[in-house]
Amino acid sequence: MTDQAVEPEVGRARPRKEDARLITGQTNWTDNISVGGLLHMAILRSPMAHARITRVDVSPARERPGVIAAFSGADLAEGLGSLPCAWPVTEDIVLPDHPPIAVDEVRYAGDPVALVVARDRYTAADALEAIEVDYEPLPPVLDLEAALAEDSPLVHSDKGTNRSYVWPLRTGEDFDSVRQRAEVTVKRRYHHQRLIPNAMEPRAVGVTPLAASGEYTLYSSTQIPHIVRVMMAVVTGIPEHKIRVIAPDVGGGFGSKLQVYGEEALALAVARKTGRPVKWTESRSEGYLATHHGRGMIQDVEIAAMRDGRLLGLKVDLLTDMGAYLMLVTPGIPLLGAFMYPAIYKMDSYDFTCTGVFTTRTPTDAYRGAGRPEATYAIERIMDELAVELGLDPVELRRRNWIGHEEFPYTSIAGLTYDSGNYEAATEKALALFDYDKLRAEQADRNHRGDSVRLGIGVSTYTEMCGLAPSRVLRDLRYAAGGWEAATIRMLPTGKVEVVTGTSPHGQGHVTCWSQIAADVLGVPFEDVEVVHGDTKAAPQGMDTYGSRSLVVGGAAVHHAARKVVDKARKIAAHLLEASENDLEFTDGVFSVKGSPDARKTIQEIAFETFTSHDLPDGLEPTINAEHLVDPDNFSYPHGTHLCAVEVDTETGQTRIRSYVCVDDVGKVVNPMIVEGQVHGGLAQGIAQALYEEAVYDDEGNLVSGTMADYLVPSAVDLPEFTTARTETPATSNPLGVKGVGEAGTIASTPAVVNAIVDALRPFGVHDIRMPCTPERVWRAVRSGKEARS
Amino acid sequence: MIPPAFDYTRPTSVDEAVRALADAGEGEDAKVLAGGQSLLPLLRLRLAFPELVVDVGRIPELRGVREDGDTLAIGAMTTHHDVVRDPLVRRHAGLLAAATATVADPAVRHRGTLGGSLAHADPAGDLPAVVLALNGELIAQGPHGRRTIAARDFFVDYLQSALEPDELLVEVRVPKSDGWGFHYEKFHRVAQAYAIVGVAALVRRDDGRIAEARVGLTNMGATPLRAAAAEEALAGAADAQAIARASDAAAEGTRPAQDVSASAEYREHLARVLTQRAVLAASGMG
Repeated sequence: MTDQAVEPEVGRARPRKEDARLITGQTNWTDNISVGGLLHMAILRSPMAHARITRVDVSPARERPGVIAAFSGADLAEGLGSLPCAWPVTEDIVLPDHPPIAVDEVRYAGDPVALVVARDRYTAADALEAIEVDYEPLPPVLDLEAALAEDSPLVHSDKGTNRSYVWPLRTGEDFDSVRQRAEVTVKRRYHHQRLIPNAMEPRAVGVTPLAASGEYTLYSSTQIPHIVRVMMAVVTGIPEHKIRVIAPDVGGGFGSKLQVYGEEALALAVARKTGRPVKWTESRSEGYLATHHGRGMIQDVEIAAMRDGRLLGLKVDLLTDMGAYLMLVTPGIPLLGAFMYPAIYKMDSYDFTCTGVFTTRTPTDAYRGAGRPEATYAIERIMDELAVELGLDPVELRRRNWIGHEEFPYTSIAGLTYDSGNYEAATEKALALFDYDKLRAEQADRNHRGDSVRLGIGVSTYTEMCGLAPSRVLRDLRYAAGGWEAATIRMLPTGKVEVVTGTSPHGQGHVTCWSQIAADVLGVPFEDVEVVHGDTKAAPQGMDTYGSRSLVVGGAAVHHAARKVVDKARKIAAHLLEASENDLEFTDGVFSVKGSPDARKTIQEIAFETFTSHDLPDGLEPTINAEHLVDPDNFSYPHGTHLCAVEVDTETGQTRIRSYVCVDDVGKVVNPMIVEGQVHGGLAQGIAQALYEEAVYDDEGNLVSGTMADYLVPSAVDLPEFTTARTETPATSNPLGVKGVGEAGTIASTPAVVNAIVDALRPFGVHDIRMPCTPERVWRAVRSGKEARS
Repeated sequence: MIPPAFDYTRPTSVDEAVRALADAGEGEDAKVLAGGQSLLPLLRLRLAFPELVVDVGRIPELRGVREDGDTLAIGAMTTHHDVVRDPLVRRHAGLLAAATATVADPAVRHRGTLGGSLAHADPAGDLPAVVLALNGELIAQGPHGRRTIAARDFFVDYLQSALEPDELLVEVRVPKSDGWGFHYEKFHRVAQAYAIVGVAALVRRDDGRIAEARVGLTNMGATPLRAAAAEEALAGAADAQAIARASDAAAEGTRPAQDVSASAEYREHLARVLTQRAVLAASGMG
């Protein structure tokens, strides 16, 4: 037998194990799951942003044939607690009650007011129209600044204020003092529009009650089955051990399914009341109202520097739109950004304040990047403004301020310790791929000629904190849970392997990557590994999937658990081979005795030995299965440099992305194809914020962009060819050296695109365009620039 | 996304379809289902509440393209996809093929039909302005036979055509425009979105000058419009500058909407810029 080393699985572009099934439609979405006697739930939602409910009469709906039951909020109030907020960021935070269904007041268009359960979903939808509700309109609260005025109408009148909290972070030298010694200061206001997450699969919930045992199985299209289980016990009073949560196939989330939703509680309540299984699936337009939104922020940013470009300090003052209620992590989202505004730069002073504001709109919460895209946008936009002020090339300004690769580990002004990075390498690679100098020359030429189509170049150098999260840091930030992750490896008698993970995939490819990690450590074929997830009965421990954490924390747990399996197997192999453990080698799944290569046992053989347990060492547990929980001791810090060239048609205002180059450093890569896919998708969503998407409300607080006809999600034809590349600086905080890639593209791309558009329009005196940079906004900016000049 | 209840019938001939519409009679709101790309969303969003849906999707005589002298006759149920690929349309009505290729995405083009999009009379749809520019005619069949409606008389108001409730649009007739230059200039933010403004241009040149220009405007009012003032000004134009000057009149007489995707002022501006571009492209003087 030749002793040829097997090619490692980690690093291979394995096609995803998940895909054949998903692509051919052999899927198990929540909405596909059906059981006998299933009832269908439909929810009547408030058509008004803010109103008192003076009367709800569901009885006409109850009389419809096929309707089994109908409930008002009052009917369900008993037995349902408030939906949870797990991140009360300050001690004195204003944290209003959030009933899963409104009882006496609605606070956003889409707030549930009544529901129907019927034999089929058509009957249920029709019966909603029979429900009678009287509303007494109350004034909407829509403007973040006006909401804080003394005389503003209130979203929660009993609270006496629309201010939920003020959270400060001040580090280093006092900002007033650096402002005084600064030679240049630049101050800008930036707006982040509200975004509506668009997962491919809308949300769906199903509940199957088992009357005899009092158990409930809750199927939910969720990112967080484990957290939902805990929270449903709290909200409904059903004991936790009587609730099983299953997240079957889940078609995307982007943070929108990192949530504990009213519909989950309502489905449980209905199943408890009727004793029947019940299901609810949102429509796309219903989801636009009822699934949480993202972003929604006004940023006042001031940067202080010396003439040579050296940064002295940064001041950031945020107003962030909470919407009507604080949901699972609503108030904490800006805090995930709070530490990232200083980004990759060295400075002496940082002064951050965030004010959370209630409005009568759909609640906001995590959306891909969650706080970090906002931070990266602000710093990368104002760095460009500063470069203009100083007459420096924007890349050169960054170069003069970033942390040198030799300075790692580096503790940032915000107090994070960046373990590794190489901003120089990523930037050099990006500039070369982009052909930066040539594009600058073309830009100058077009400007000189007065071409109606201008060229703009945008740069965005970013880092992010991900791999959420060290539990002690979460404690300090007043987050109510930990940030650990769990994995179990089960070695089956026939040598096959089950990896049980507490992470909860919804499109990322965990099954493939966890198989690659386990296959390498155990020395078993990739094909022999199955991954079990998304069922609190099968994978009882976990903190689920969000914040680019699964690989960094959950993948590390798989690695550690697999190492434990090998260590356990080694004892049995030593016994069977009659050798000392120290004399054993373990390569490609085979234990052998040093010096006598014929004396060997495969790990599969050891697994079978534990099944029979006929010949194990005295006192040894008859298993090599192992479990491991990881609580990370630091975040991970992906970084990179993105360059975008746009052509702006100054006659129509239309922007076309001509080229886009990104060089990301996400550390070691388990599966390059999956990383590539994550980068593409991330870029699409970041570009969408820059150019296309916006949740638009009218003056009454109605969502105007309420369908995909008006809320513009770009498709592949609207996006440019991406040039992606990587540098690879391993993370030092986990054994795999990985950093996470789920959010990088979204975080980096938005400022790259807007910087490019503004760069194109500098000759017209333009220094900002509000997102999304619609053709009309661009055209108006050009026109007012021209008028100012003439 | 669950439509309200309705009755449904799927006739297999035009006569049967017209009878179904006529039988629905007064007071009962019947809707014709063609490719479903407009009606189904309206039903699912509960913006339309017909009592009867007459599905004309299985009537073979409504599909296909044929020559009739100097005219092309296109069955109302011919899909966008088939219009784009049809050799007769490509040869004799290039503007229609080019504009139809910009409609939404391949999935929509495989389902959606020419007649359906015209009968829907949405001024944001691409094809009403195109058929208007082509001086097309629409053939309606009712209980008392067929009648011909000129495109300029067909689009009455927003989502409202000249069809009577018991009439079915069966055929679209466009004069052959061999020898005319053409271009459809569509301005939208993403490929699947409706045009903010679209301009359909047909140009006949004579001796290096524009002898005749026809300009149809998408989404510049409650109905598709002709840019009559610009058309007049374009006659005789011999170069790009003259086209640019004439295009300044493109928004005259229009009343574009102000909505979530654009202001009226911006639409008027776009009409001028896009008319200039469309005519330049159609005339080959660009």
